[in-house]
Amino acid sequence: MTLVAERPVHLGEPEHEHHAAPSGFYKWVTSTDHKDIGRSYLITSFVFFLIAGCMAVIMRTQLASPDSSIVTQHGYNELFTIHGSLMLYLFAGPFAFGGLANYIVPLQVGAPDMAFPRLNALSYWLYLTGGLTMVASFLTVGGAADFGWVAYAPLSDAVNSPGAGSDMWIVALVLTGFSAIFTGVNIITTVFYLRAPGLTMFRVPIFTWNMVVTGILILIAFPVLTAALIMLWADRHIGAHIYTVSGGGVPVLWQNLFWFFGHPEVYILALPYFGIVTEVIPVFSRKPTFGYRGMVFATIAIAALSTAVWAHHMFTTGVVLLPFFSLMSYLIAVPTGIKFFNWIGTMWRGSLVFNTPMLFSIGFLVVFLFGGVTGIFLASPPIDFATHDTYFVVAHFHEVLFGSAVFAGFSGLYYWYPKMTGRMLRDRLGKASFWFMFVGFFVTFLPQYLVGLHGMPRRIAEYSQSTGWTTLNRISTVGAYLLFIAVAIMLVNFWVSWRKPVIAGANPWDAGTLEWGTSSPPPHHNFNSIPPIRSERPVWDFNHPDHVALGHPSTNGHGKVPAGASEVEHG
Amino acid sequence: MAARVNRLTDPVRRRSLGRHARLRRIVTVPLLLLVGAIALGGCQVPSFGAFRGATTQGRTEFHLWQLTMIAGLVVTVIVFCLIVWPVIRHRRRSADEMPRQFHEHIPLEITYTIIPVLIVGALFYFTVIAENKIDDVAAHPNEIIHILAYRWGWSFTYDDGNGQPQHVQIATTAEPKLLAQPDTSTEYPQLVLPDNATIRIDLASADVVHGFYIPEFNFSRYAQPGVLGSQQQFDFTTTTDGVFRGQCTQYCGLYHSEMLFSVRVESSAKFQQWLGAEQAQQAGSGLGASS
Repeated sequence: MTLVAERPVHLGEPEHEHHAAPSGFYKWVTSTDHKDIGRSYLITSFVFFLIAGCMAVIMRTQLASPDSSIVTQHGYNELFTIHGSLMLYLFAGPFAFGGLANYIVPLQVGAPDMAFPRLNALSYWLYLTGGLTMVASFLTVGGAADFGWVAYAPLSDAVNSPGAGSDMWIVALVLTGFSAIFTGVNIITTVFYLRAPGLTMFRVPIFTWNMVVTGILILIAFPVLTAALIMLWADRHIGAHIYTVSGGGVPVLWQNLFWFFGHPEVYILALPYFGIVTEVIPVFSRKPTFGYRGMVFATIAIAALSTAVWAHHMFTTGVVLLPFFSLMSYLIAVPTGIKFFNWIGTMWRGSLVFNTPMLFSIGFLVVFLFGGVTGIFLASPPIDFATHDTYFVVAHFHEVLFGSAVFAGFSGLYYWYPKMTGRMLRDRLGKASFWFMFVGFFVTFLPQYLVGLHGMPRRIAEYSQSTGWTTLNRISTVGAYLLFIAVAIMLVNFWVSWRKPVIAGANPWDAGTLEWGTSSPPPHHNFNSIPPIRSERPVWDFNHPDHVALGHPSTNGHGKVPAGASEVEHG
Repeated sequence: MAARVNRLTDPVRRRSLGRHARLRRIVTVPLLLLVGAIALGGCQVPSFGAFRGATTQGRTEFHLWQLTMIAGLVVTVIVFCLIVWPVIRHRRRSADEMPRQFHEHIPLEITYTIIPVLIVGALFYFTVIAENKIDDVAAHPNEIIHILAYRWGWSFTYDDGNGQPQHVQIATTAEPKLLAQPDTSTEYPQLVLPDNATIRIDLASADVVHGFYIPEFNFSRYAQPGVLGSQQQFDFTTTTDGVFRGQCTQYCGLYHSEMLFSVRVESSAKFQQWLGAEQAQQAGSGLGASS
């Protein structure tokens, strides 16, 4: 069935290790190594996360009291527009798909690099340029874009939103959109063509599987956004009248196009993080992923359904077929539920330890449960009529997106940081960060559900005392400060690990996937040897030949792995 | 420790017994609670923080909300317990502990695929029923009111009631400024409605997309440029007297926060009296803005 020998395949030393590798700024600018590019993506997107997070703290401070004037109305509108845009377009997506996937996917499939290393570098530079363009738009005369991250036409046209800031927002999204498309092409090609011998598709780790499906979703969704943005730009500058009533255009077309991108985008942001959790939970439970194939099919089902639910963002427009989009939105809960039960099944009768990555993953399960269930509520058009564009929806999507991008994202960061740097992050600081975040999360977002049910619309810069929303808003603001502290502790942790390194070794978590079978950080071409691949946990099988998964192909009814796989190299 | 040894000596039977008992519990508890909730008919069920709905349509939504909320709570509690159970019970007790390396159980996986399908199927069924009631429009409403949303205000034109032209218009008079007065201040326009009547709203926008939202009616609808006619019409059947806040929910630019209005629902006699007074006043000054 497989041609792989039962001992590690020695690939030898790559030839150009002996001349001095570039370092510092020169390396950052010229490198086409997926690890350098992945690290650049991670650092850049994390900086955008910090900027957007500070904006959130300013907004929460503004909303802590009625009739507040910490920022002007215009300033507030800019803040929530750029907060949403940075978080969604420049942090949540690029952090996982640009950063972690870039770094980890080639390692997990045993490849020396991405399929198209230079295209990969182009992706990063497009992304960075786009991101800087968006942030720089604050420096223009009219300020940054202030039409919300969804930029509904005709609010986003030249009459209602004049100014260079809006144009810079459009250009920024086109650039980062192309960056995402190129990365998608790269990752799909890498996984399909550069897998190590023996690594069949059903032995590919779920993290990589999810990245492949995410890549396909990006290829479906992002070109639509790019096209919609180019039409918007044409409306603004050459009078195309695609989205304006006066010229015979159709404003609601923007909503359809945007959400045809926007809802797959939500899963483009979620699936990679599901993948992280599916890597972390088995390792810290000392068990293989429960329901591996179910996980793969659930991922594909989510992706397929996500292309048919976009109009649930448009239930209150009166122009969409409510039952169809409602049913599709309800159904997407099913594969998500399968994933949940598989995660629980992985922990079930395992041997659980609660290092920081595992804590963040379990935290993800809990917070995503809340966000997911309220998502099911919103699949119902009547309930959506009552809560549309209120803080109920704000709380819902922050629970799912914050749950994914921050809880699962930090889980992945803590999990792979040793692999990327060769150093450990401090567990104690990590746990402190987790608990601040976990408590802060609920303190921030549970009151928002209630205040939304009491009729507080989103995107309002102020409210009057008579609404009775003050207390709930104040609690929510306290929660936001707790989240701020949690992230600050995380930064301290980075600083401590930088100043006082604790060496990680190749495999500090006793993990099973291929990236843990090479040094930390990996050498330039990733692997000097690759263990035999007989399951989705080749390194585990190699290190624990007596405890391979039940039904593992190498047992072949003998119950034991043949000799030759006995060399154990623990970190 | 004794339990562990016991489990090791007879692993298969213990596991399967435990699993079946759990499965039964997972299936029966939410079903029983659901049936119980429906039997209660929403009377004694708490509101879960939502408005009970000051219109017939809002009330329908509220009952659907209660049902969905109960189902959601049941699912949340069960899944939460399933997460917490291994976190508490299956923590590592010794460094060399090695759990059994099982990784699939097809019947179980099929079960937890089918159960969610059934749950969302039931929710979808109730959703469609509620949605049809809420979206239904009467053949002969008591009042027809044209609502125009614009940056940053509202205009309510009382067009037609029981076949009679009415010629009354109420519109925002205040210039946008920082909020400093109650939402129901007279600076914001008031939509006056008779109680126990069917009101047809015909919504339109003069510029960008706005959201016409009355929280206590449990209803919102976009006012959109380019979308007119039956797609922008809906009915309220008022049931409760009172003054309710209303607000634009769809972000519409600089003064979005201040695009407020209020709704006053009062007896039909009072409404007619108010309407007569407005007609007399507006006929004198031409059809103009007033509050």
